[in-house]
This record gives sequence, C-alpha cells and structure tokens, in this order.
Amino acid sequence: MGSFQSLPDNHQYRTLSQKTGFSLEQIGILHNRFKQLSQNEETLRRDDFKTIQDLESNPIRSQIIEAFFDKRNFQKDDVGSVQEIGFEEFLTVMSYFRAPTHHITDEQREEMRRAKLRFLFNMHDTDNDGTITLEEYRHVVEELLSRSGALGRETAKGIADAAMLEVASISVGPMAPDEFFEGITFEQFLKILKGVEIETTMHIRFLNMDTTVLCK
Amino acid sequence: MGETDADPDPGKTTQTMFTLNYPRIQIPFEITLWVLLASFAKIGFHVYHKITVWVPESCLLISIGLIVGGIMHSVNEDPPAVLTSSAFFLYMLPPIVLDSSYFMPTRPFFENFGTVLWFAVVGTLWNSIGIGISLFAICQIEAFGVQDINLQENLLFASIISTVEPVAVLTVFEDISIHEQLYIVVFGECLFNDAVTVVLYNLFNHVAVMPEVEAGEVFLDIGSFFVVGLGGVFFGLLFGFVAAFTTRFTGKVREIEPLIIFLYSYLAYLSAELFAISSIMAIVTCALTMKYYVEENVSQHSCTTIRHVINMLGSVSETLIFFFLGVVTITTEHEWNWGYILFTLLFALLWRGLGILVLTQIINPFRTIPFNFKDQFGLTYGGLRGAVSFALAFTLPESIGHKKLFITGTIVVIIFTVFIQGITIRPLLKLMNVRKTNRKQETISVEIHKRLMEHTVAGIEDLCGQWSHYYWKDKFMKFNNQIIRKILIRDTRPESSIVALYKKLELQNAMEILDTMSGDISAAPSLISLHEEIKNASKSRKKFLSSDVTSMHELLSKNMYKIRQRTVSYTNKHSLPNDITAREILMRRHTSLRRSLRAGSFHGTNAAKMSQKFLSLPMGQSLNSGFPPRRFGHTGERIYSIIAVIKPSHPLVLVAKQIQHVFHIDTVMPLASSVNMLGEQNEEQRGYRTSHLRSNISHSGHQTSNLPYGSSRNYSDKDCEGWVQEPQNDVQQPLMRRPH
Repeated sequence: MGSFQSLPDNHQYRTLSQKTGFSLEQIGILHNRFKQLSQNEETLRRDDFKTIQDLESNPIRSQIIEAFFDKRNFQKDDVGSVQEIGFEEFLTVMSYFRAPTHHITDEQREEMRRAKLRFLFNMHDTDNDGTITLEEYRHVVEELLSRSGALGRETAKGIADAAMLEVASISVGPMAPDEFFEGITFEQFLKILKGVEIETTMHIRFLNMDTTVLCK
Repeated sequence: MGETDADPDPGKTTQTMFTLNYPRIQIPFEITLWVLLASFAKIGFHVYHKITVWVPESCLLISIGLIVGGIMHSVNEDPPAVLTSSAFFLYMLPPIVLDSSYFMPTRPFFENFGTVLWFAVVGTLWNSIGIGISLFAICQIEAFGVQDINLQENLLFASIISTVEPVAVLTVFEDISIHEQLYIVVFGECLFNDAVTVVLYNLFNHVAVMPEVEAGEVFLDIGSFFVVGLGGVFFGLLFGFVAAFTTRFTGKVREIEPLIIFLYSYLAYLSAELFAISSIMAIVTCALTMKYYVEENVSQHSCTTIRHVINMLGSVSETLIFFFLGVVTITTEHEWNWGYILFTLLFALLWRGLGILVLTQIINPFRTIPFNFKDQFGLTYGGLRGAVSFALAFTLPESIGHKKLFITGTIVVIIFTVFIQGITIRPLLKLMNVRKTNRKQETISVEIHKRLMEHTVAGIEDLCGQWSHYYWKDKFMKFNNQIIRKILIRDTRPESSIVALYKKLELQNAMEILDTMSGDISAAPSLISLHEEIKNASKSRKKFLSSDVTSMHELLSKNMYKIRQRTVSYTNKHSLPNDITAREILMRRHTSLRRSLRAGSFHGTNAAKMSQKFLSLPMGQSLNSGFPPRRFGHTGERIYSIIAVIKPSHPLVLVAKQIQHVFHIDTVMPLASSVNMLGEQNEEQRGYRTSHLRSNISHSGHQTSNLPYGSSRNYSDKDCEGWVQEPQNDVQQPLMRRPH
C-alpha cells in the first residue's frame, strides 16, 4: 500500500483510479477526507467514524460503519471483518456509490447494479450465510424505525414479518404447508428490487455540486 | 313564481295569477343552465366507456360546444360573456390552478424542481421568442398580406400560443401509467408556464401598445419578470403559512375548515392580482405549503371535503372553458388568413419540438435519470394548448389591429392540438413503448430498502463531507420539524413513512374487503395465521412456515372498528379516497373507551396506486372461495398470526384483526398481539378464548402493550379526529435527527 505523503502520489492514484473508476480529482478529495478522518494516520478505525456528528443520528450507522470494515466489500473475495482499513479499502467501498456515467453499456450498468445491491445485501447479511434471515431483517427494520420512536417493537416486528412473507410469496410462490422459508437470498433480493432504479438512487456526486443540487 | 297584488289598484290591469319575472333571475339562471349543460355533456361521455379512452374529454367538450354554438348562431343569440378578462381570470382560472397544484405530488415535484423550472421558464421563453420571430419573418412576405403586424404583436401572439395545458395529456399519461419523471415534468411545466405566459403576455402587451420601444423600458420589464415571479411565490408562502396557522385553532369549528382553505387560496390569488404580480405562482405556492400542514390539522371529514370540492371546482371550470371554446368558435367573427395561420401552426409544433430537444440536451447531464428520445417525443407531442391560451387571446386589447386574426389563430392551434394530438398521443405512446412506471412494485420491502438506501447514502455523504440534495432535504426537514410544525400544527407527531405505508396498505386491503363484503358483520371468522414450530424457537435460525388456515370466532364479531382513513398522496390527481366513513368497523371495548388514533399523514410518500394485495399468503387451500369457518382449536396449539391480506372475498374478521394490529391495539386481541411470531425465547403457549376477549387475555411477553384493560395509555381521547400514534421517546423522523 505504501505511505501516502501529503503530496498526491500520482502513480498510486492512477492505479486506484483504474481500479475503482474514480477520477484523479475525486481521489484527491477523498484522500483529504480520509486523512481528516483518520487524523493523518494511515489507517482508519471504527472509532474514527464517531467523530462525524451527523452520522451519529443515522439509524443504521452501525451497519454503515461495519460495511467499511467488511472484507466482502473489498472485492477480494474475502470474508470476515477487519479492525482497520487503509485508503484503498476506503476508496473501494466508496466506489459502490459512484454514479453511472452516461455512456456505459447495458451490461456495465447491470453489473454496477449488481455490485450496489450486493453491497446492500452484505449490509444486512451479517452472518454471511448468503441469506437475510428473518432475524436480520427484523433487526434492520427495528433500526430503521427506532428513531421515529412512535412504534413499539411489535409493529416493527410485524412489518418485518410481513415484508418477509411478501418476499416469500413473490419469490417462492405458494408453499406447501410444511415448507420452510429460509431467508432472502441474493437472487431473491435482486428480484424484489428489480423495479427500483438502484444505480440512480444509490449514488453520491463526489465533486462539489452547486448547480446540480436541485436537479434530480 | 307568481306575484299578485294585495289589493286591486283601479289603474292597473287585471291581476294575473302567474307572472314571469325573468330579468330578475337571469344571470344566475343562465349560469346554472350553462354549467348544467356542460355537466350533462360530461356525464354523457362516460356512458359509453370506449369514447373517453380514445378521445380526450376536452375534445368531446369542444365538439359539444361547437354544436351548441352552431345552434346559437342560427338563432342569432349571443353567447354569454364568459370570456371577458375579469370573468376568466377572476373566476375561472383560479379553481383550475388550485386543482392542479393541490394534487401535485410534492416529493417527485421537488426532486425534479430544477428540470420543471427549466422547461417551464426557459422553454416558454424559447417558444415565444422563436415563434414570434419566425412569424415576423413570415409577415414580411408580401403574399400573405399581413405586413402590418409588427414584431411586438407577433411576440405577443406567440406568447399566447406557446403555453401548454395539461389536462388531456395527463389523463392519457395516467392511463398508460407512464414513467413518473415524465409525468411530473409535464405536470409541473404546465403549471409554471401558465405563470410565465401571463407575465410574458403582460410584458409584450405593454410593449406592443407602446408606439416606440425603448431599451430601458424593456430591461425594466425583464427585471419586473423576476419581481413578479418571486413576489408571487412570496405571497403564496405567506398566505399558506397563515392558513396553516389558522387551522391550528379550528379544532372546535370543524365545519368551516374547508372554507379556510379556499378563502386563503383565493385571497392569495387576488392579493397578487392587486399588486400585479404573478397570481398563479401565488396560488400554486399557497396550495403547496398549505396542503402539507393543513392536512394534518383538519379533521378527516374536512380533508375529504376539501379534496372533493377542489376537484369539483377545477373540473367544472375546465369543462366550462372547453365548452365555451366550442361555442365561441362558431359565434365570433373570424379573420382568416391561410398563410399566417398555417404557419402559426407549423411553427408552434416546430419550435416546441426543437425547444424540447435542445433543452433536454442541456439539462440531461444534470439529471440522474436522463430523458431519452422517447421521453422527449412524449414531452413534445404532449404539448397541447388549451384554456389559458384561449382566454388570453380574448383579452387582447382592441388596439391591436389584427385581434381577430390572432383569435382565429389561437383557436385553430388549440383545436388542432387538442383534437389531433390529443387523440393520437395515446396510441403513439403505446406504440413507442415509452418508459412506464412500476407502481405495483411498491411493496413494503421496496419501501424499506429504499429508505435504507437513502440512509446509507446520507451516511456515506456525511462520511465524505459532501453535500447533495439530501442535505437540503434534511436541513429543511429538520427546520420543519423543530420550528414550523410546532407553530403550525396542533400536535406534532411525525411518523415514519414505512409505518404509514404499512398502515395504508393494510387499510386499503381492509377497505377492499369491506367493500366487497355484503351483509353485516357476522360471526364468520377466518383467519390466516402462521404456525410456528416452537421447537425451533430457541435456535437462532428462524424458519418460516407456510400457513394453515385457522379460524377465529366471535371474538371479532362483537368488535368492530371505527376507522379513519388518513390522507394519501396521489399521482393520479383525480383519484380520491373512497368515502368509507359510512362503513365502519367498530370496536367495542369493555369499558367503551373511545379511541382515536391518528394514522399519521402520508405526506410525500411515493406510492401512488398501491397494489391491493401486498401480501399473498401462500395458501394450501383456496382462498378465493370462502372456506368454511372452523372452530379454532385451542390451547394445544400455538398460533402466531401475522397480518395477511389476500383476496377480497376473505371474511371480515381478518380485516378487523389486521386493522387492529395496524393500529397497535393489541391488548384487545390476543391474536393481534401475537404478531411477534417466530418466537422470542419467552414466547409461551397461548390459548385463545373464543369467548369474550375481555377476560383472560394472556399477555405474551410484550413490552409495550401490556396494558390493563381500559387504560388509555396508547391512545388519547380526541374527538374522533383520526388516528394518533403514541409517541414513545422523542418522535422524530430518522432523517431529521441531524444535530447541527
């Protein structure tokens, strides 16, 4: 990995740019942010994320933070989680949120979509068994609704159960009385979210945008 | 009506038993008759369904108007002076604009705000100037004989015919379920370009009647353009907030709540007219601001009333205008000039097409979902002219020499676009397979995941320290929650939209079931529940079992619910909630507590037409045929029920049960409270009594709902307003808790 000096290291940036698809300028900006977060150290730890105030109020912050340390997201076919990450991993995780450029082929678009959905899937599938089980789903829904505070856990559970059933019925179809529904697999996940334009919703504009704030 | 004299006057003629006093009632009488006639026409169209599918209503109305106009012309009558400036702009336009803006789906609108504004303002300017200049060029050609129309007049005329009118187009778009982006852009564009057109019209009007144009004046007028637009917005906001504030106090006088809405909107409009700023912008902004807050404050009845009345007024106005368009076409004097008018038509279409093309190219890079060529075609072809053009043409000052020519030209353009484009747009769009929306996908999972995505993106943005549009939205929502809502709303309990969605789906399904249930609620219970294998409960890995049908008994037969359906946001602006207050499912409690829960406001949820069936529980047996209710087997079984709504033929009991679950009244129904299925570890066996539910409710290990009977901890006793959610900790939407 090497050490990043304060001057942008163009060669390393270029390899990163090729790998993640960011432009050199974007990498520079993100690198500054990385250094700011990690207080100029080389690696980032979970605690460093606590300095971000706005993140604290996000209901799923723990999952977001965890996603950064989840090896599955590093595109190296590894599992498990790490304690600290370097800039390369940081950038790799960020690359999931890139916007699709205008001129990519349908295949690439589909691939990007899959990658983003995989990221989301991994966020929920904490035990990495390839399925989102009811318990995990419930946890997610509870987290989501926890801040609104208006509901008890029961409603949250009810919602999670209902959603799960829905997925079951959509993907598996009518089940015999004694079949089990294990959980949502990645393929089913893809199927559910087929209609949603992920690649356009789940992205961040990584440069400063003033004029584009109001346009969707 | 007869008047007889009391005592005979020797000088008078004989008394009559019956007298007619027509002049006294003439004006209201004629107005009523005209409106009635137009309404008959409208009713008549829908008798035969196929017509309205293929031919937009506006066409039909114009045709009827033409016929009536022909009749009137042949008897040499004059049509009523509906289209004078004051009548149109003061009475007929405001309802239409209010209708459009009230039913505007706010969230997609604000997300596409930049695009909408771009098309509306720049597009209209482009069109007007383009058409005006080309027409001026045409005028130079001697063959057409209209050389005396100068540039200003051409520009004026151009500004009149470049405004588009949404009615017909939107109906078609809704029918073919078009892509939401396209819909909202067309909708928004039409709304705003009315404002722009009126401003331009006044500008050019001013300029046209001046014998000489001075550059300084022109710049002043351009500056006034901005003043006018922003002034209108300001007025609208002002009145909107005042209206919302007023409704805060109308708790005891529910009957005047709708009136407040109308009065304030109209006042905004008129005040803006007073100061000669854009009244359309004022009323649009007023409606948009008002709607959000007012719908939380007012009662359910008022809410429905407001929506219905606005819809009605808008509809009546539109109908009348198109009708009179037809009538007046026959009865006015026309000045026909082949060249000018045909070229007008040509340029109108051409410039719009060009305009859309160019503008889209410029704005596409800024959009997340760019417009492809099919979308652009839809936008272009959907540019029908209508009411506003018509009225503006009529209010042209007399000093313009070729006023009649302009009127004729406008009418021709309107009729052409409405008939030809209006009729052909539907098959064309279908043929081209323009992007559709996937509305039926809006299920709970999708909503959850969308929200998750939003949170994730927001979180990552915080991480990057970057801003994007979520930032502004969050900022605004935070400001909104902390300050504005506290002032304007009677009690502030925002609710997560997922829960709102869930409830809404439940309610809708419940209502569906109710609707198809005939007869009263008898003890025909059936319930879908999921059996849970308890022996796996202790394992961390939970399994779902498919269902088994069990029946619930007169548990629910004695219990019925009072439901208030809360507001829903619509994309189809003409779909209103069913009035279901006639049918209630009441729930009687042992202590006859009257509960009212507010279902929360569904403002801004993106779901429009929800799928009726959001959960289809796999059923071994057939659900459609009503299965015989079985007596529920008891204590030996553990039943964990879950909300499931299926086909409408499902018995009523289920409905009540879900509703109860949805509204979190689970102490009453042991069944409902059993939604925490799949075992907590301490889930004990439960038996269901089929007798009165009052006694013997075995509380499962519920933390939140361990209410003793008769306590009203969860529910506050309002005066039957709606449903109120119980706030637990601090009640805020997740997105808004961003400490500054």
